[in-house]
Amino acid sequence: MLIKLTGGTVYDPAAGVDGKKQDIYIQDGRIVKKPVKDVQIDKEYDLKGKVVMSGAIDMHTHIGGGKGNIARTLLPEDHRQDPVARTECTRSGCGHAMPSTFVTGYRYAEMGYTAGFEPAVLPVNARQAHMEMADIPILDKGGYAMLGSDDYLLRMLTAKKDQKAVNDYVAWTMQAAKAIGIKVVNPGGINAFKFNQRKLELDEQNSHYGVTPRQILQTLATAVKELGVSHPLHVHGCNLGVPGNMETTLDTMEGIGGLPMHLTHIQFHSYGTEGDFKFSSGAAKIAEAVNKHKNITIDVGQVLFGQTVTASGDSMRQHANHKHANPNKWVTMDIECDAGCGVVPFRYRDQNFVNALQWAIGLETFLLVDDPWRIFLTTDHPNGAPFTSYPHLIRLLMDKTFRNDMLSRIHPEAQKMTTLASIDREYSLQEIAIMTRAGAAKLIGLQDRGGLSPGNWADITIYTDNADREKMFEKPDYVFKDGDLVVRDGKVIHSKWGTTHVVKPDFDPSVEKGLKDYFDRYLTMKLGNFKISDDEITEDGRGSITVHPTT
Amino acid sequence: MTEITEVPSPFCGIGTDDLTIQVDGLALKVTANGCAVNTPAFEQAITDTSPRVDGKEVSLEVAAKKAAGLLKDTQLPVIGGCATDVNGMRALLALADRVGAVVDNMNFSAARNNLLTLQDSGWMNTTLAEVKNRCDLLLVVGTDLEAFAPRFFERYLWNKEAMFVDDTASRQVIYLGKAPSGNASTSPNGQAAKVLTCADADLPEVIAVLRALVKGQPIQAQTVAGIAIADLQTLAEQLKAARYSVVTWAAGALAFRQAELTVQTLSEMIKDINDMNTRSSGLPLGGKEGDQTANQVCGWTTGFPARTRFSRGYPEYDPFLNDANALIANDEADALVWVQAFNAKATPPTDHLPTIVIGRSGMTFAKEPAVFIPVGTPGIDHAGHAYRMDNVVAIRLKKLRDSGLPSTADALHAIENALREMNVC
Repeated sequence: MLIKLTGGTVYDPAAGVDGKKQDIYIQDGRIVKKPVKDVQIDKEYDLKGKVVMSGAIDMHTHIGGGKGNIARTLLPEDHRQDPVARTECTRSGCGHAMPSTFVTGYRYAEMGYTAGFEPAVLPVNARQAHMEMADIPILDKGGYAMLGSDDYLLRMLTAKKDQKAVNDYVAWTMQAAKAIGIKVVNPGGINAFKFNQRKLELDEQNSHYGVTPRQILQTLATAVKELGVSHPLHVHGCNLGVPGNMETTLDTMEGIGGLPMHLTHIQFHSYGTEGDFKFSSGAAKIAEAVNKHKNITIDVGQVLFGQTVTASGDSMRQHANHKHANPNKWVTMDIECDAGCGVVPFRYRDQNFVNALQWAIGLETFLLVDDPWRIFLTTDHPNGAPFTSYPHLIRLLMDKTFRNDMLSRIHPEAQKMTTLASIDREYSLQEIAIMTRAGAAKLIGLQDRGGLSPGNWADITIYTDNADREKMFEKPDYVFKDGDLVVRDGKVIHSKWGTTHVVKPDFDPSVEKGLKDYFDRYLTMKLGNFKISDDEITEDGRGSITVHPTT
Repeated sequence: MTEITEVPSPFCGIGTDDLTIQVDGLALKVTANGCAVNTPAFEQAITDTSPRVDGKEVSLEVAAKKAAGLLKDTQLPVIGGCATDVNGMRALLALADRVGAVVDNMNFSAARNNLLTLQDSGWMNTTLAEVKNRCDLLLVVGTDLEAFAPRFFERYLWNKEAMFVDDTASRQVIYLGKAPSGNASTSPNGQAAKVLTCADADLPEVIAVLRALVKGQPIQAQTVAGIAIADLQTLAEQLKAARYSVVTWAAGALAFRQAELTVQTLSEMIKDINDMNTRSSGLPLGGKEGDQTANQVCGWTTGFPARTRFSRGYPEYDPFLNDANALIANDEADALVWVQAFNAKATPPTDHLPTIVIGRSGMTFAKEPAVFIPVGTPGIDHAGHAYRMDNVVAIRLKKLRDSGLPSTADALHAIENALREMNVC
């Protein structure tokens, strides 16, 4: 079937197209060149006055894995507020803070998203992450495997194993866990918490191993680069949420010495200690440093007001934050000499000084970082806000009047502590398309996604241009996934299954000798039973694996 | 005859994956690392291989059509058991969504003791490898641990080497409530577990006193439920002095009313200890016959654990009202689908309703159900996934033999497809 999308205004930063009227042709799931004259068009969509972008990609969203399911189980009262009924083409479920898997897929698609990446896949819990993501319809997905608090790596560092040995272990882990990136969360801190350490500075030693977070970051960032993995080391830094942590963040950026590094949900790591409440915005300094260091990319982790739940691998910081739990119930877990997790419900309030300033810090960060190719639109779903708030966030970025109107409603002391009102910048549609499409695909290393030139998979979102950007982005006219129309007028009309994106960096097979011995002595499963095989993802006939190249 | 090694077990809940199993046609023999729970569960012979409708052998397609016909016009069908692998649960929930059924895992009333605690106040828990490498004090509450999981001590406490415990044989084990039925908890150097016994029903009081002592509250009494306060005081001090204590219980063993409050007191006590400059973690036992699997898959599919109804078109969780046994006893349910792929002895709870059984081959009935589809066992007849008791590790189950039996998912998909053809959506 040959489909023609006629006369839409195309924003395709991957091809350098910025708001140009252009026809797009789709055949066999892909975008194709304009066919020769007498080829019959089977279906044509008149897109005059419509805005055309590729499908959006969320490069950091907690959509699969154990902590998310703990968060779901923890909050039946939240689900009861948002029941989702079955329809002829969709399954039932629930929504709000941590939606069920099916509803996650539908609601992402209904906002024009066609891919989402789980950023905290514990290797020992990777099966669960993939099984949950296998039940998320429509979206493509993938995961970043978490290392840095696993005892195997820390033992290697203590034993002064060389970089090559670490690289082999990292590559092996990526293959065993079916990952497309490597994530580190509070480097070494989750492990230190198990030894009863309650905080860990960048240069503070783990009390058992004598290893510092800085060493872990350096080693893993080097491994990711030397293995040729496109996505740079994905870093949730030290001291999340601690006033004054901007210094740690700046030090982390400087200290990586030019290696590629992605600092995630940087809003939670951009706090100063000025003012009456000893809590201030570090966004200007952080943005300045990001602008200067071209090796650094960031996503924001914007806070938006309302009920949500925070689910993180950072058991150390989540335990410290449990006193803010709202409602007052929370979970932490130590997990399998591999990592940990912490789940704490939060209710961000605009009349709470800290929450209000967190909101402003996120927006300052968006507006002060110059290069949209190096910053990504996230709420760290569900930690800053559920992903369903993205259209509202886009409006805040694109509409200064609206932004200032919202600003005038937050805690008055927080208004005094932010420069937001003086920032005139408004994001353009092209910049939004970079952050949520082309830039994200480039950052993750996705081939043939995030762009609209011939050869790309036909993941395409079509909006009606509307000055109210929230209305525009919350209800696309059409969404195509791999060439199939899945959403019309903001509602799923057809469901299908996306692929799982992975990389398979090479490793020396002898790495398994040391690992097998370690598994047999200390862990609770056999090495052979730990590794996830391809057929675990493909055997049900819905899933597929797409391997992207390493360089 | 072949021999398969490193076989994971879905039966014991503690994720043993070192079994060696000899396969001779359809006969299995556990030749290494078996136990009283796993060996009989693996070795049970296949009997029925053909589906039956009203006792007559039929094809899967005919059985599925008959089942669909029974479900088609029901008001409140109940899908009970829910003892299967991840793919089986996926298919079960898809069917429940389509027919508006109540889904209820057979172990839910036990798991509820934990889930109500989780949903009210949360907890700090750990997993088996952390126990194996860190635990220096194990407190077992109200549970005969070795009867529950015969190899628990061998695998996770008396392991020769641990990364962070110098001498694993010096680990302390303390039982509170039930005494152990054997001596698996005696350490390799001969140190027997300390046992403070009381009746199950007295545990709420004993645990409340223990938490008070941990928090330094004065207790006037000299004994509680026959246990000397001085002994509980010693236990409280040991918990505070330990570097990484682990408190374990089996929710199903706490067979007294409102045991969730006891689980909550324990969980809050563990949180308290973590605010006293040391670490402590809970370790709820479970994971048998797919109970964790049912709650996990239902959790991500609906947002709720596996006592959830779809009768209004969307999932509604109620840990009391959706109890299958209550719905059957009150005549609210009008059909029963019983899914039990692990245990042939776990038969349907009633024979007064139109009943469809998706059961492990070998299941026998006092009264023949309307439809019986014998299915293979995950981890024996087909590959699959099952959750371990600690809820983090999903084990990859292996296919050990070619029995030709359909999986739970195959059987339930067949029924759902038959319903689709009848335009039930």
